[in-house]
Amino acid sequence: MPEPLVRLRGIAKLYDGVEAVAPLDLDIAAGEFVVLLGPSGSGKTTILSMLGGFTEPSAGAIMIGGRDVTGLTPARRPTATVFQDYALFPHMSVRANVAFGLAMRKVAAHERRRRADEVLHLVGLEGLGDRGVHQLSGGQRQRVALARAIAVEPQLLLLDEPLGALDLALRRQMQEELVRIQKRLGTTFVHVTHDQEEAMTIADRIVLLNRGRIEDVGPPARVYLRPASLFAATFMGESNVIAGRVLSAAEGAAEGAARVETPFGPMTVSGRAVAGDTVTLCLRPEQLRLARLGADDIRLGQARVTALSFQGAHLRVHAVAPGADLLLRLPADAGVAVGATIEVFARPADLVMLAR
Amino acid sequence: MRARDLPAALYLLIAAVFIFLPVAVLVLFSFQEGMLPVPPFKGPSLHWYQVMLGDRRLLAALGNSVLVGVLSSLAATALGFLAAYGLARRRPRWQGAARFALMAPLTVSYLIIGMGLLITFNDLGLGRSLLSVGIGHVVINLPLAFAIVYSQLGEHQANVERAAQDLGASDLQAVLLVTVPMLWPTLLAAFFIAFTLSWDEFVIAFLLSRFDVTLPVVIWSLLRTGLNPELNAAGTFVFAISIALFLAVEFLIRRGRRNA
Repeated sequence: MPEPLVRLRGIAKLYDGVEAVAPLDLDIAAGEFVVLLGPSGSGKTTILSMLGGFTEPSAGAIMIGGRDVTGLTPARRPTATVFQDYALFPHMSVRANVAFGLAMRKVAAHERRRRADEVLHLVGLEGLGDRGVHQLSGGQRQRVALARAIAVEPQLLLLDEPLGALDLALRRQMQEELVRIQKRLGTTFVHVTHDQEEAMTIADRIVLLNRGRIEDVGPPARVYLRPASLFAATFMGESNVIAGRVLSAAEGAAEGAARVETPFGPMTVSGRAVAGDTVTLCLRPEQLRLARLGADDIRLGQARVTALSFQGAHLRVHAVAPGADLLLRLPADAGVAVGATIEVFARPADLVMLAR
Repeated sequence: MRARDLPAALYLLIAAVFIFLPVAVLVLFSFQEGMLPVPPFKGPSLHWYQVMLGDRRLLAALGNSVLVGVLSSLAATALGFLAAYGLARRRPRWQGAARFALMAPLTVSYLIIGMGLLITFNDLGLGRSLLSVGIGHVVINLPLAFAIVYSQLGEHQANVERAAQDLGASDLQAVLLVTVPMLWPTLLAAFFIAFTLSWDEFVIAFLLSRFDVTLPVVIWSLLRTGLNPELNAAGTFVFAISIALFLAVEFLIRRGRRNA
């Protein structure tokens, strides 16, 4: 792996003795689109703020491009921030907003103008340079904030919940545009959000945070399908959580395997475990099926449907089994009704075993 | 209008008459034709405005009032802005105490402030002059200017300043290129409110001035020689300027709100 662009080493933040961010390490590669995901109070915004130089870490060091920037002011870091409330300059035109960073770098006026218009074109605001900021819609302001940060060609672009104030349709559109712009520029993006769908849509890599600690780091599919912790399994979409106890553990292949006693009977699950440990098994709602598809499928048994809601592309189904309550996501034409008895199966490969 | 609203409407009308009748009478008799500003009304005539504009004492006082008002309001607004910016952004540990100390003069009567300054200036050998009056007006207007600017320095404005610094602006550049222009309507409003208060302030101006006096002091000394429609004209003029400034402040505040 080449030298990462950003290295966080033991970075931590205390507010009045309370740990907002526990000492953590994180590397970010050049050109990567990283999303810091977590609920409010998870420390994601604090980490972004420490990267940008607005918050001084209580401990640890921040390296960007091989240079220690821990003690540098925001102005002297190779970063630019897109603020949650956009923080546009209300008394300036759109073009003057975008060109502000260039003016601070003493770029000549005609060159500033040319580059500002170029960036405005990139974010889809061509021709609006002479408008006042207050004449723009929320979505347009968001684009100006992005353009203003991009214009100074930062090595690292920091985005603090930039899409939070937009309606759903606009948010989806901006997510795609952010990815398009990021791939086109090749700039490293660090994006903060509490929306796990947004994180999965745009991220190359998700850093999942909870209470100032990293719960999981990885590509969206890996974090979703093989979550590293119970928090990751439940925060990244819904999960069926099944309590279990390890009967025996096999130190076989690289992955390891274990025989686990559950309310649905004993199951063989891949992963490392110690006999006698209590564990949690997780299954996504869409991983539960009504029919046996493969020879090694596990039969979880019968369950009675207690509630059902139609969600367009699929049905969300609550069912009660002798072992536990189950949540299923079935095709819209699955043909189940409230009160019906269904038989539930799962693939062993989908089971995720987590320590408790 | 429903019947049960009638008492409320009547009450409002009486209150309005109580407040505005004296002003209306003052304005009306400034257009009096005769020698006395009492009924019956004869006119209208601009005669007394002509007299007023030919009155050197009044004109000199008018000039003094404008001078004191503009300079003291500029000083109060500038100092108020710096105090508000420093407290809101640096957040010193003693911020609460500083805020209290800055606002405290609001609770002291003008008479006490005027007497205190008079004694102090005498001790310092500065004596009474337009400068003393101006300093007195800075004392009474600084808390207002501070409060007005401080209320507009919220988290959003702080983020806008952070954005400027993030893009490479020094602290001074951020203040000059972003904070001050962003707060322009607020600063103008603070200036105009300070000017309005200085414009018709009497007690401090009376205590601290000597040969050069401001308009309210001249009007007061003219009043001692008896009623005269010229005074009505001067009063109407002072009132009209105050109203114009008040409207300017309203306009600025509305515009500031729209841009926020």
